[in-house]
Amino acid sequence: MGARDYDIIIVGGGCAGLAAAIYTSRARLRTLLIEKEVGVGGQIVTTNHVENYPGFPEGITGYDLTQAMRRQAVKYGMETLAAEVSGLVPGEFTKVLRTTAGEHTARAVIIASGAAHQHLGVPGERELAGKGVSYCATCDGPFFREQRVAVVGGGDAAVTEAGFLTHFATKVYLIHRRDQLRAQQINQERVFADPCIEVIWDTLVTAIEGDEEVKALHLHHVKTHEESVLEVAGVFVSIGFRPNSGFLRGVLKLDPNGHIITNEVMETDVPGIFAAGDIRLNSGRQAITAAGDGATAAIMAERYVSALRASRPATLYI
Amino acid sequence: MSGSPLMVNETNFEDQVVKAAKPVMVDFWAAWCAPCRMVAPVVEKLAKEFDGRITVAKLNVDENPKVAARYGIRSIPTVIIFKGGKPVDQVVGARLEGEFRSRLNTVLAS
Repeated sequence: MGARDYDIIIVGGGCAGLAAAIYTSRARLRTLLIEKEVGVGGQIVTTNHVENYPGFPEGITGYDLTQAMRRQAVKYGMETLAAEVSGLVPGEFTKVLRTTAGEHTARAVIIASGAAHQHLGVPGERELAGKGVSYCATCDGPFFREQRVAVVGGGDAAVTEAGFLTHFATKVYLIHRRDQLRAQQINQERVFADPCIEVIWDTLVTAIEGDEEVKALHLHHVKTHEESVLEVAGVFVSIGFRPNSGFLRGVLKLDPNGHIITNEVMETDVPGIFAAGDIRLNSGRQAITAAGDGATAAIMAERYVSALRASRPATLYI
Repeated sequence: MSGSPLMVNETNFEDQVVKAAKPVMVDFWAAWCAPCRMVAPVVEKLAKEFDGRITVAKLNVDENPKVAARYGIRSIPTVIIFKGGKPVDQVVGARLEGEFRSRLNTVLAS
């Protein structure tokens, strides 16, 4: 095996990728995990309090949970590479990953590149990013002490962010485009019980106003078609995620939104390429389901590599 | 100059950053910010690498809100590179080591 040739390459260092790496490293497969962000952990890193990961009855921070997973995988030999993957060339024996740090090859590949924050795509959003437009309440919330802020969205992430922001902001508006929330019941109950949170129903944000910092949001009511302006110092966008699968177009079967289509054992339509976590169509979108996907993908990848080795004479390994 | 990041605060910011002869990279961070924890090892590595050429500093925004407010910090980690006392480059969010390195080299070359 060359220096850049591995048994398994895992793309993405969130819960799915790390769980897969624990399994493949422990199975004595030479494993490389490629992560484009600085450090591993994925989306859950910015969650302050993970309440539903089994085994942690008092809760745990997303950072601590994923760093523990990382240590566990490193203990069994996982190697990591900080780079962005730009392409994947499947081959029967060798799959080639093109990255910003050169080409790396493997017998099997597990795609666990997850999802990135969906943007609103309205005027002012890009210009004011980091100046009041944020995609992470636990990162930026404390800058809005004694100010009014808005959260856009209606899912679990949005309502959790709204609750977190009440520790700092005097008022939190939760702006949702429908007339009911998508969030789990327990999270909804917290929102409705919190006097600091006001839900603005059936409303879209059409523009974010401000020069050096966010000053106001322009709103559109989807039923009455009324336009209004809401003065806030910050807006937290939490309207879901889009899969990080741009580098897979034309390589694997994707759904129209870019999710990888797998069967129940995480196999894609290309032999030797597996997918796990939020990148998958119908993912549970939870840390625990991602970890479960990762473990399943790892077990199947291990079988694939064993079968591939058995089918080839040893001389071909050089 | 031991090659580790210099801790700056409201009291010494003027002397250590604004009036500094060499360029200074300031990492604005806080203990509650997980992405800041991810960037911390990179900042330490850059402090060693650029020792003697660029001062690499860290400023805790919780303990020094006035400095953070002066530079309009609303999101962390934010890294600002100062030259001649003025911000010449700014990076919001956790980035890979290589990006910080190339921006520091650009400032050195300018």
